[in-house]
Amino acid sequence: MAGKKIVCRCNDVTVEEVEALIDSGITDIEELKRLLRIGMGPCQGRTCIPIVLGILARKTGRKQEDIPLPRARVPTRPVRVEVIVGGADE
Amino acid sequence: MSKIAVIGGGIIGVATAYELAKLGEEVILFEKNYFGSGSTFRCATGIRAQFTDEANIRLMKYSVERWEKLEEELNFDINFRQTGYLFLATSEDEVEAFKANIKLQNRFGVPTRLIDMDEAREIVPILNTEPFLAGAWNPKDGKANPFKTLFAYLFRAREMGIDAREHTEVIGFEREGNTITAVKFRHNGRIERVRVDAVLNAANAWAPLINEMAGLKRNLVPITAYKHQLVKTEPLEPGQAEPLVCPPSWNDAYIIQDGEDGGIICGAGIEHKAKSLNDVEPTYDFLRGVLSYAVKIAPPLRYAHIVRQWAGFYAKPPDSNPAIGKLLDNFYIAAGFSGHGFMMAPAVGQAMAELMTKGRSSVPLDWEWYDPYRFERGELRSSAFQIG
Ligand SMILES: Cc1cc2nc3c(=O)[nH]c(=O)nc-3n(C[C@H](O)[C@H](O)[C@H](O)COP(=O)(O)OP(=O)(O)OC[C@H]3O[C@@H](n4cnc5c(N)ncnc54)[C@H](O)[C@@H]3O)c2cc1C
Ligand code: FES
Repeated sequence: MAGKKIVCRCNDVTVEEVEALIDSGITDIEELKRLLRIGMGPCQGRTCIPIVLGILARKTGRKQEDIPLPRARVPTRPVRVEVIVGGADE
Repeated sequence: MSKIAVIGGGIIGVATAYELAKLGEEVILFEKNYFGSGSTFRCATGIRAQFTDEANIRLMKYSVERWEKLEEELNFDINFRQTGYLFLATSEDEVEAFKANIKLQNRFGVPTRLIDMDEAREIVPILNTEPFLAGAWNPKDGKANPFKTLFAYLFRAREMGIDAREHTEVIGFEREGNTITAVKFRHNGRIERVRVDAVLNAANAWAPLINEMAGLKRNLVPITAYKHQLVKTEPLEPGQAEPLVCPPSWNDAYIIQDGEDGGIICGAGIEHKAKSLNDVEPTYDFLRGVLSYAVKIAPPLRYAHIVRQWAGFYAKPPDSNPAIGKLLDNFYIAAGFSGHGFMMAPAVGQAMAELMTKGRSSVPLDWEWYDPYRFERGELRSSAFQIG
């Protein structure tokens, strides 16, 4: 779509969606994350979280460093199931 | 109109606050962290009426009927879908037990039936049918998005005027005789109080601490916080494991495909007693354990990537049935939902709101079964059928 600014490439979330939700009163990063699924894709938010923090800081007048980062989930990179459970005969 | 304080911004507290607002009450809802930060946002999304006792079957039959209309009622897409639950038996004894459960469920109008492995394979294409003899299948069970469901309730409740406060911790009460007269709370380091006519303790794993603040014994409702974990794969093509699939005899291991992104959520009954009420650190033994079951249930999962693992609490009374009811003249509790609080919320929220305002409810909730004073009397119920 022309003019659509994506913040989260994993889950296809736009700047407009983030801004609209903040305008509706959701200013907690953990809540933004869950309603929009930002940071919940395979990249675990490496791309989108910093951008969303920037938008949140700008719109709420808070300093970016004052906004706690959402909790990171293990693993930090996707791991194939067979690497963890071992060979096929196990 | 009375002023009612609800403590706990999880699905139970928020659903009850909404139902109270619907009845025209003035509600103040307290959440010490962000909404959903307790067990609710960690749950596996599952909704089922397949229980093994009358009280839970009837309550969940009603709750599923509420779920069916919730999206329309709340005017919000909560991704509720009736993709079913499929339990799998590994022994003849288990098949017999399934048959008895199915009979009981059918008696209360829950359409569960016994199916063979050919049908099971049609429902779950990646299923390894070999280890299993039969399945208990209820196509009306299902799943919904916990994040959206909670916010759907919250947004509607706010539109109806409730005062919902997050990052606001309840720290004590003022009590006269058997009546709570005020709630004390802390926000941004400041302590305030508000006069109230009634209070609901919906703090789940933290509920015993709230009871203690109300001057009751901390263990009057003995709830233990068990750390329960989940692991999720990368998004996969939808349709491969849509129902919740669970062989109970394999340590309650289960898989269920996320209704939205298609990732497979894997759980199992590998529990750890939480070191504290903040201990939600995932563990490696769980990861290994749960995945070894998951690939036995659905072998192709071996080639999927896992992208995340997290932990939350099963807030568990000794019989895994929640405590729902009255503790003092105007102090109520709905807590200890073990592994099935998300699915019960529409029914419990309504029942609780009606009890608090009218002294009775039209919801088929067996108050005696869930009586919060049963533990003190040493009167446990048969253990609620729990997964994980
Ligand atoms: C891994 C996992 C999988 C699960 N899977 C399912 C499933 O598939 N289906 C299902 O139905 N259930 C499932 N459950 C269980 C379900 O998540 C819970 O039963 C349900 O979320 C309980 O909701 P609640 O509102 O009672 O509690 P919670 O969501 O825990 O809410 C209680 C809230 O009270 C707040 N609080 C505590 N103390 C205070 C205070 N002093 N002041 C203010 N606020 C306070 C807490 O911060 C918390 O947010 C699962 C649970 C886990 C952990
Ligand atoms: S870009 Fe948002 S999770 Fe990957």
